[in-house]
Amino acid sequence: MAHPATPINPGPGGASAPPEAPPPVLEGASALLRERTRAAWLFLAPTLVVMVVVAGWPLARTFWFSFTDANLTDMAASQFVGLESLRQVIDDPDWWTTVWTTFRFAGVSVVLETVLGMIIALALNAKFGGRGILRAAVLVPWAIPTVVSAKMWAWMFNDIYGVVNAVLQSLGLISEPMAWTAEPGLAFGAVVAVDVWKTTPFMTLLILAALQMLPGDVYEAARIDGAGPIRAFFQVTLPMLKGPLMVAIIFRILDALRVFDVFFVLTGGGTETMPMAGYARQRMFEYQEIGVGSAAASLLFAIIALFTAVYMVVGRVKLGD
Amino acid sequence: MKKVLAGLVAAAALITPELAQAEKVVIACGSVGQEKELCTQGAQAWAKKSGHTVEIMSVPTDAGQQLAQFQQLLAAGSTDLDVVRIDVIWPGIVANYFIDLKPYFPEDVLKQHFQPIVKNNTVNGKLIAIPWFIEAGLLYYRKDLLEKHGQKPPTTWQELAQTAKTIVDAEKKAGNDKLVGFVFQGKSYEGLTCNALEWVDSFGGGTIVDPSGQVTINNPKAVEAIDFMASLVGNVVPKGVLSYEEEGARGAFQSGNAVFMRNWPYAWALANSKDSPIKGKVEVMALPKGGADGKATGALGGWQLGVSKFSAHPDVAADLVKYLAGPEEQKRRALVGAFNPTIMSLYKDEELLKANPFFGSLYDTFTNAVPRPTITGSKYNQVSTEFRNAVYSTLSGKGKAADNLKKVDAKLKSLGKNGKW
Repeated sequence: MAHPATPINPGPGGASAPPEAPPPVLEGASALLRERTRAAWLFLAPTLVVMVVVAGWPLARTFWFSFTDANLTDMAASQFVGLESLRQVIDDPDWWTTVWTTFRFAGVSVVLETVLGMIIALALNAKFGGRGILRAAVLVPWAIPTVVSAKMWAWMFNDIYGVVNAVLQSLGLISEPMAWTAEPGLAFGAVVAVDVWKTTPFMTLLILAALQMLPGDVYEAARIDGAGPIRAFFQVTLPMLKGPLMVAIIFRILDALRVFDVFFVLTGGGTETMPMAGYARQRMFEYQEIGVGSAAASLLFAIIALFTAVYMVVGRVKLGD
Repeated sequence: MKKVLAGLVAAAALITPELAQAEKVVIACGSVGQEKELCTQGAQAWAKKSGHTVEIMSVPTDAGQQLAQFQQLLAAGSTDLDVVRIDVIWPGIVANYFIDLKPYFPEDVLKQHFQPIVKNNTVNGKLIAIPWFIEAGLLYYRKDLLEKHGQKPPTTWQELAQTAKTIVDAEKKAGNDKLVGFVFQGKSYEGLTCNALEWVDSFGGGTIVDPSGQVTINNPKAVEAIDFMASLVGNVVPKGVLSYEEEGARGAFQSGNAVFMRNWPYAWALANSKDSPIKGKVEVMALPKGGADGKATGALGGWQLGVSKFSAHPDVAADLVKYLAGPEEQKRRALVGAFNPTIMSLYKDEELLKANPFFGSLYDTFTNAVPRPTITGSKYNQVSTEFRNAVYSTLSGKGKAADNLKKVDAKLKSLGKNGKW
């Protein structure tokens, strides 16, 4: 219905051009849209302000500190040193040990959580009596704060009074009590075990929700075509679950890469059993080097951001729609 | 009625100035063993006497984590904390945040305390804290078990290992398979630095960094000391010590499951407390020497009380410090909790010596105690961490002491450039 004198597709500023271009009905709709957008921003404003204050400000401060040599013993004397603090972190082999530990931890625990979560979700998706209670019970470990569950496990892992050693010994699996949280090799396994125990319910929950969205007729078709349950799982369930699964995995990986509390409570010591966040804490508060610690924290942030970006591009994960 | 009211008003007017002066003082004291209980009792006694109120701040058991907590509060200029318990290694790190206590403590009061500690607490002429109690690492042993198996208290680490092995083997045969030989603080934290420094010093290997600031840790004696201790882990020493702090070690010893334990003096009162399974079966002595030509030593520890410079009422806070570090309270803490006084005259107190027979000999241990290298000032924690990480690696079987100490040597030398820390 465009007038021959006006361009079909008005460029920037075209909206405010001649009155005959946009019909009156559309104008009313866009006014409403603008009104709604404004209301949305108005309602969001408090949240945004709070976000900026509690998240944005500390983050910005951490970035700023990472360019200084700030020290807790005398904060007033801190000076701008450019990339010097960052260089100190990158040159420190201990930092790279913690990076390796963190990624190894994230890799192993997320794989285990995904596999276990899938198995439990499939089991809970089947129809049987008492399913509701079981679903609620599975969530219990997830509901306990990490610090509490880590401390609880620390007692269970204790070499003298720990129940883990008592059980394993009475089953004859080990001949003498093991120091689960003390030896670096065992401690890594212990930390992964606690994390898997705690976070598998989260995976279960997300996968279960996705499973319940799957249409039943596809399975019927698969059965008619002669596919057994295993084949149906790999050729029907898994491809359809891919989207939600990838999102669940990225959530878990992000969580695992910034891990701090499980390691701190269970091992709380040497570089061998320290995640990246533990390294940043050590530099900042034990060594008083706020500057270098902030550089480590910023680097941690950058590494996680980069990893997430790569994962989302490679895995074609869409969070938007 | 009017008269009664007038009387009440007058009475209120009399009381009010008193009330207006009543301040709330927040103190952070320790949380290992019965420290918190004792501190609360002492602080409450002061509150009753002075009319002020006291609140106890909760702190972590690990001294390193305590420091982190205080540093954050103090760096933010928080007024939430008035009196802080300061470790003997902290003065160089925290001096900026504490008031000078000299105006509150006359010379003759200071003279009553062990002078090296007063000197340790003085930074750039400023007295940042008053000594509260002093510690040194000690060796605890099961008198009953040693007698049962005809063993003498060991004078060297090698003898200790031999004695422990003999007893554990014999007890295992008799069906007691929970017993271990020797427990200490082996988790990678400040406690391990103390333990390892004792081993090194007892073998004659020096003090990591010498008083002039030169790094000395990479020497054959230190290597020998740490390799020897690592050789015990897994037989005489359970691998679990690698996760023990003070209370972990005490748990193993006090439940009757260890022959020897290295710990601070506080463990004495608890090991002999009413419900302790090993009550009356324990003896305590100086730590063994590292071989025939080594020396008996102990890491010098101790805690001081300082007043935050952000305190809203420093005078009241200093008064609390004066009370807690005074002779009466130090004596009470020694009687109830075996915390060693810093006031020298108390070591001649009959009542104290009866409750803690080992106090007399401790006086010598304190004079022979090895201080941690506080010459490193605000870098102390880094030095300590590098050192104990190397020890921890060696104990847990990752490399030999020679290689691990060589790495520490290089790191420390780059940290403290030519002894200028």
